[in-house]
This record gives sequence, C-alpha cells and structure tokens, in this order.
Amino acid sequence: MQAHERVSEAVRTANDEGRAGLVPFITAGYPDAKKFIETLKEVASVGDVVELGIPFSDPMADGMTIQRSSFEALKQGVSLAWIFDRLDEAKSDIDTPLVMMSYLNPLLAFGYDELAERALATGVCAFIVPDLPFEESEEIRKALEAKGLGLIQLVTPATPPERLKKLCDASRGFVYAVTITGITGGDKGLPDDLADYLDSVSEVSELPVCAGFGIRAASDVAAVGEHAAGAIVGSALVEVLERGEDAAGYLKSLQGS
Amino acid sequence: MTSLLSPAEADRLLKAAIAGELPDDRGRFGPFGGRYVPETLVPAFERLEEGIREHLHTDEFQSEFVNELKTWVGRPTALTFAPRLSERWGAEVWLKREDLAHTGAHKINNAIGQAILAKKLGAKRVIAETGAGQHGVASAAACARVGLPCTVYMGAVDIERQAPNVDRMRRLGAAVVAVESGDKTLRAAIDEALREWVSDPSGIYYLLGSAVGAHPYPYLVRELHSCIGRESREQMMAQAGGLPDAVFACVGGGSNAIGLFYPMLADDCEIIGVEAGGTGKGLGQNAATLATGTPGVLQGAYTMILQNSDGQVQETHSISAGLDYSGVGPEHAMLQATGRVRYVSAGDEAALEALEELCELEGILTALETSHAFVAARAWAKENPGKRILIGNSGRGDKDMPTLTKYPAKVRTHAST
Ligand SMILES: Cc1ncc(COP(=O)(O)O)c(C=O)c1O
Repeated sequence: MQAHERVSEAVRTANDEGRAGLVPFITAGYPDAKKFIETLKEVASVGDVVELGIPFSDPMADGMTIQRSSFEALKQGVSLAWIFDRLDEAKSDIDTPLVMMSYLNPLLAFGYDELAERALATGVCAFIVPDLPFEESEEIRKALEAKGLGLIQLVTPATPPERLKKLCDASRGFVYAVTITGITGGDKGLPDDLADYLDSVSEVSELPVCAGFGIRAASDVAAVGEHAAGAIVGSALVEVLERGEDAAGYLKSLQGS
Repeated sequence: MTSLLSPAEADRLLKAAIAGELPDDRGRFGPFGGRYVPETLVPAFERLEEGIREHLHTDEFQSEFVNELKTWVGRPTALTFAPRLSERWGAEVWLKREDLAHTGAHKINNAIGQAILAKKLGAKRVIAETGAGQHGVASAAACARVGLPCTVYMGAVDIERQAPNVDRMRRLGAAVVAVESGDKTLRAAIDEALREWVSDPSGIYYLLGSAVGAHPYPYLVRELHSCIGRESREQMMAQAGGLPDAVFACVGGGSNAIGLFYPMLADDCEIIGVEAGGTGKGLGQNAATLATGTPGVLQGAYTMILQNSDGQVQETHSISAGLDYSGVGPEHAMLQATGRVRYVSAGDEAALEALEELCELEGILTALETSHAFVAARAWAKENPGKRILIGNSGRGDKDMPTLTKYPAKVRTHAST
C-alpha cells in the first residue's frame, strides 16, 4: 500500500465503523514545542488521521488562531527539519497516518526530494499546500508521488464544476472540501447550503471527502458526517490546546462519545 | 544572481521582454512569477485575467483611462531639469516628476486604471493594502472617482509613521483597517487584504498597489504605469535633446521602477533600481531584496525574497515605509537575472541626506522612498562625470513629516534663526 492510501483507508475504516473520520489539526510545536510529541500522541489517540501544521511567517489563508499559533511556534524555533527530527525519534509510537499542512515556501526551501524522503521515513503520508493551486503543482507532485506520497487538493464552494472534477481526480489521500468561502477559524457557523455542496463534491470524488474550516462542535461533525466521509477540526482544537484543556476529551466529545 | 540563468537563457529572456512577450501564458517572466494563491481565489484570478484580456487594450478602456490620466491625474507629469543639482554632481540631471501627479505619487496611475477595471468587472467594493499610504490615498481617491466603496489595510507601524496619509484616506471616504498581525508593515497588510478577499472573492476587487503578487497583477500594474517611461522618453528627446545615459528609480515592490524602465529596456542606457539598504547588511536590517535575497514564493509569486534557510520570510527595516518589504516584483527578479537592470541599495542616513540636498538645491521635498534613487544616482555621477541622468521622482515627501521631524535639517540651519 502506498503511503497516501493509508490516509484514504483510515477514513474509510472509520466510515465502516459507522462514524465520520475525524482529522484533528495541530500547529506543530504549539503551544509548547517541548511537548510537541506528547500533544501529537494525545490527538493521534483519537483522530483517524492527524494534520500537522508547519508554522509559516505569512499564513495568508489562516485566521487569528492559526496565525497566532504559527508565529508562536516559530518563536520557539520550530522548523520543518526540527519537526522531522522529533518525528524520527517518536515514529515507532505513532501509527496514525500523518498529513502535513504547509505553505509552499518552507517546502521549497527544504527541497522536494529530501522532503519526500523524510516524510516517508517519519509516517507523513500526504501534504496539503494551501497556496499551491493545481496549475503550479507539477514539480512537487512528481517528487511526492515518486515515494508514494500524496498531494491533497483543496476544493471550495467557489470552485466551478469542471475544475472540481479535475481537482478531485488529481487529489491523493482525501479531497479537502473547504466548507466556507473564507479563511480558517471562522466562528459564524457552517453555511446553510453545506449539505448540497458536500454532496456535489462527494459525488464527483472517488476518494473520501473530508470537510474542514469552521468545524467546532459535535453538531458540526454530525452535520458534516452525513454528507462527507470526514471532518477536519483545526482552530477550535488549537484553542483547546492553548487554554491547556483536555484535547483528547474534546475530540471524543466531537464524536458524540 | 545572474547565475540563475545561463547566458543563452538570459539573452533569450531579455529579447522576449523587449518584444513584449512577457509574462508568458502562465504568468511567468522566465523562472519568476506564476500564481501561488489559495484555491478559493483561483476563480477570482481567472476572472481578473479574463477581464484584462477583454478590456485593458480596447479603445473604450484606453480612451477612458487616458482621459482620466490627462484631466484628473494631471498627466503628462513634468520633466524637470535640475541645474543646481547638476552642477554639484557634475552631471546633467533630469527628474520625472511623479510627485506632481494627483495625490502626490505615481501610485495614482495604477489606482485609477484598476478602479475603472473594477467597475467594468462589476465589483461591489474595493480593498487595497498600503505601506507609505500613497497607494491607500490613491485608491481612496480613485474609488471615490468611480463610485466604489474602498477599504485600505495598513500595518500599525506604518499608520504611525505615515499619519498624514491616514487622515487623507479617511477624508477621501475610505475605511482604514489597522493591521496588528505579522510585522505590522506592508507585508502584513497584503496578507490581511488577501484574507479579506478570500471571504468574498466574487464581490471584492483587490486593488493591489505594486508590481508584485500573483499573475496577472505584475503585468497589469506595469501596463498601467508604463506611461511614466513613455512620457519620459518623449520629454527627454524634446527637452534634453536625447535619451539619458543612466536611469534611476527606487524599488519597493517595483511599480514606479517598472513603469519607468519597461519602455526603455531596448534603449542604449544603463538602468539602475535602488532598494532600501536600511541600517546595514544583516538580515532584518534592510529591505534590499534583490541585492541580498534568494528565490522563493511570497504572496503569490516566485521571486526574490528575504528569507532564512527554513523558508521563513524575514522582517525588514527601512526608514521609508514604501520600500520596507521582503519581496519584489517578479519582473525585476527577471531583469536582474538577465543583467539588463542593476539593483543597488541605499541606506537610511544617505536617503535622508539626499532628501535634504534636493530640498536645498531644487526646492523639491521628495518622498523618503524616492530619496534612495538620488543616493545611487549621485554615486554613479561621481564615477561617470558629465553624463545625462534621469531619476524617477516617484512621489512627494509631505507624508514623511512625522519621520522627518525626528531628523532636524542639517544644511538649512538658518531656517530656525
Ligand atoms: C513615493 C513612493 N515611491 C516609491 C514607492 C515604492 O513602491 P514601488 O516600488 O511599487 O514604486 C512608494 C510606495 O509606497 C511611494 O509612496
């Protein structure tokens, strides 16, 4: 099985168990870089896939929470190389598939071939790159696919139908359906026409569709779960962590347990 | 950074640039440029590209644009001979007076052009970022002129140092949003404007203020500013009797510079762009992106940027808000790589001195951004005596009074007696 297929399978396994896949997001090294692996293990104990955010100086698609976490992690010296080193030390204890969310420039600076190598060696199965549209993605896609890693495409409510098909076909691991027209961290609730939108993505996609942005409560996860294979929980979880609360407990509560 | 391209590739690129073939279909200037934007904005960028194709070079758009430039902006702006500066420098110095354009800088050319385009594309409202505040003021004025609401994002640091422009924007009807995130200067303001655009990509028109960002902005901004270079060529022929030996402009994102340089690429003259050297050569002490940066992706384009080895974009320093930016337009990165344009830097202190010299000798209070171009021109004149020099005087310095009052004039001490 290729690495990116582990991601799809983890979400499908959750669905087979009669629930939506849960994909918690954390900013690597936040709130406390010293507790990175501890935090990762805690969320991995509940999540079906874990999304690891790589901090970046210019998080242009992110709201206040992830901006704050990103700047703070950078201040604590977190970098991609540092993250891979920590994952290397801990990988035998984590079997949950990991996906990395990173803006393009840190990946570019790291070098795509080395990125693919180290990702494969540390249990990172796929990448989400929010400032990399499909049209610019050929080079990194090739480097990742050479190692069986995936590039997860994002689709949004603004994506026209022909483009939706193209992006779903190109995606690996899952298709990331952005629920809202906006940045991460929204607290205005999910849009009324969410069900139709998610149905339209699920219909086109052969991969599991995971919905993210603005998912905060068990009711959100339940609503999303009826029309998509999984739910991604980002800013809300980062806020739980930053308040020093019980992250695993919060994630379990989202599953309605 | 010439090493980025082989000599043959550099030659081919420069020929393509001169022939007007760049950017290519993918928005590239050779290796630089492109479109690195969130998926939510992709349809908006495609609509903008389509809108430019449909409108920009039509007679209808051009006649409206040119009429606004002439009757509202006040173009052509003057070409001024600087006799006393010429004498002191041992050169023949000419100034292209963008400071005389409406609202006080070149920024208005781009702002009114894009505002007309926004209207044609059916935008409901306009957003813009600003560093020095000149683009914010120009956007506020242009939006009022075409009848569109305008919101300007401005870093909190810049709001303080360019206070006169904040009041002007508000007076012209724009909402000004203080950006407290990131470095609180131009880069953070662009990030914040992009975030707002993502929330309503079909209703908002993003009026970007320099030749930076994702395709098609660097192209659009260049096209709207190239009147600067076209007029300069004609005026030099008519008033100076020939083209300059060397041309200078300051480079923040690079809009006034590309407007001046682009029509002169094929001419037999040296072209020199001047970035902010700040207080020194160390990372974080300057904004000399082309001189000291490395290639990377920032705010939509692959270009030269100031970053650390992890690809984290670094904070910059310059006394001038308009040059205080970690990136630069991709076309400048290409022009540097081909060797056609040389990019140098000038520090804070030298810029202040140049500003003072121009006040003293020619009665022109130029912008702190613009002063950087004078520093490099003076140094060049020393090494190349008797030559004809053209300087893009991109804007006026009224906005800089909060900064300038901290640095009392050294020459004109009689002003206080
Ligand atoms: C007077 C003036 N010149 C130059 C600049 C730098 O911008 P650009 O490099 O896009 O011309 C600014 C920016 O605010 C400005 O106000």
